Amino acid sequence: MEKKEYLDLYKKMYLIRRFEESCGENYSKGFIRGFLHLYIGEEAIAAGSIAPLREDDYIVTHYRDHGHAIARGLETGPLMAELFGKKTGVSGGKGGSMHLFDASKNFMGGHAIVGAQIPLAAGFALASQYQKKDSVTVVYFGDGATNQGTFHETMNLASVWKLPILFFLENNFYGMGTSVDKIRNNGKSFGNLSENYGMPGTVVDGMDVLAVKETTEEAIKKIRSGSGPAFIEATTFRYQGHSMADPAKYRTDKELDEWKEKDPLINFRKHLLGQAIVTESDIDKVSKSADNELNEAVKFATESPEPDLDDIKNDIYA
Amino acid sequence: MSEITIRQSIQKGLAEALDADPNVFIMGEDIGDYGGAYAITSGFLEKYGPERIKDTPISEAAFIGAGIGSAAAGLKPIIELMSISFSLVAFDQIVNMAANIRYMSGGQINVPMVIRAPTGAGMQLGATHSQSFETWLCEVPGLKVVAPSNPSDALGLIRSSINDPNPVIYAESAGLYGLKGDVSDKYYEVQIGKANIKINGDDITLVSYGHGMPMLEQVAEELDSRGVSCEVIDLRSLSPMDYETVNKSVQKTGRALLLDTSRKTGGVMAELAASVQESSGDYLDGPLLRVGSEDVPWPYNRKLEQHAMASVPKILKQIEIGYSL
Repeated sequence: MEKKEYLDLYKKMYLIRRFEESCGENYSKGFIRGFLHLYIGEEAIAAGSIAPLREDDYIVTHYRDHGHAIARGLETGPLMAELFGKKTGVSGGKGGSMHLFDASKNFMGGHAIVGAQIPLAAGFALASQYQKKDSVTVVYFGDGATNQGTFHETMNLASVWKLPILFFLENNFYGMGTSVDKIRNNGKSFGNLSENYGMPGTVVDGMDVLAVKETTEEAIKKIRSGSGPAFIEATTFRYQGHSMADPAKYRTDKELDEWKEKDPLINFRKHLLGQAIVTESDIDKVSKSADNELNEAVKFATESPEPDLDDIKNDIYA
Repeated sequence: MSEITIRQSIQKGLAEALDADPNVFIMGEDIGDYGGAYAITSGFLEKYGPERIKDTPISEAAFIGAGIGSAAAGLKPIIELMSISFSLVAFDQIVNMAANIRYMSGGQINVPMVIRAPTGAGMQLGATHSQSFETWLCEVPGLKVVAPSNPSDALGLIRSSINDPNPVIYAESAGLYGLKGDVSDKYYEVQIGKANIKINGDDITLVSYGHGMPMLEQVAEELDSRGVSCEVIDLRSLSPMDYETVNKSVQKTGRALLLDTSRKTGGVMAELAASVQESSGDYLDGPLLRVGSEDVPWPYNRKLEQHAMASVPKILKQIEIGYSL
């Protein structure tokens, strides 16, 4: 890996974290409303797993979607504008935090019904297969979604049709406020979920961006070569509550502190400096650049106009 | 002109689309080797191959969701549901995904997909297999809903549904597959959103769709023999609905009976009645009449099922009570 790639990964993670912190602030100020789910703590997954993808690959994700959008290269200005409900937002102010889209980047949402995005994603994979293209679809979902019928139905459909899709489980150990211990009878690992569907499955440390990247690269390579779907579970933790409305009383400070020891951003920074891959000044430079981008994004969102009232009936039918 | 059945009309429309556009494919339960529960896709697998005639697992949410994704990626899926009652299992995909995705993406994503589904009671299939959920789907912006009543419209509507860039629910009256009628040999489409004035008349407007239409034609014949001239309208498209044609007719006749073959409460005609009342209330010579099926779960027993269904005698009785005709 080149130095630039390392720095890009760091910058993506740093930008996601700052973006999410800014979202939290702007929610408190009342500029962002509705449900807001922050990705802080999980940055290594989006950054590491999206880095190996090609432009013609498809990404479909859940409602905690800001990180994937930023990792995919959606501009932070229109992203923030969407959260502010502005006309210049990626979805014209009609989607909000949970429904981010950019079809020009094959970023196909942002879906807010748990597990509903999984069959949809299979459709993009089906289209690639049907059109004899070698693009791959990556679908993200949380531990909560593994108990939806749509998850199991689609795992089966994808394996029986050998669809070019990567099922990417972001296991943050809580489905809203319910611990996985309460909803899964064989403990915390989901790694063997794919076995029954004859699909290769891997568990990876979701706090380690390089491990996520490497694991995803391998899986994508196999899928692209026509070997059928694969499954990855990345273990992670969200530092905030489920949404801004959640004070997270169902878990202990100790548990959170233990995960913070593994912080993906701090530890990656340590690794890069410790291995002399980059210098402090390199880190400062990309951090400043990200800070500036974010300031511009908030400014853009603040200054953008709201949708026209006439827009209410646009975009329903093609 | 050729005389063919509704089943043959649908088959013809599907085959044309498969022949014309390599992006068109069909998927659903038992549509391949089995040939479709109502034999619509009989012989298709042999002709078009397994990539385009895809037998699916019994996973309605998964294959409808996959249809939506494939449509968003540029394909033209036609999905067969074995019964519109089974749409319930995939309702989240149909409503939250197919219908909403264009709007919530700010118009970035289109879903050019057709879901075909048999609908309606009358075959003693009991409560779970006899319902008419096209009525529910009409409430959802982003979807279009059509329901042909004869071979000519069945062909014209399957063509326009496949060519439409939006998700279209194509509700097939299960009891009408064998109905014969004349179909033009020249290519035509039926515009979605346009009702058809089946019979012109002056004294009363009768409105229905799908398998309500054969009943209305009998009612019109009976009333005609009593010297009452009926204007009979086939909605054909339930969403968008052609309010204009119905209002014009009601403003001419001053009387109307709206027939649902689904349960009466919350049916398509409940919406139409309210709209007609708003727009044409001043023209009405009496109460706006509505007949639907009984508000009960569909019973298996034949006598009970028939008793639950709307019928010609029930319609005539309602007209007699309402307008003394």
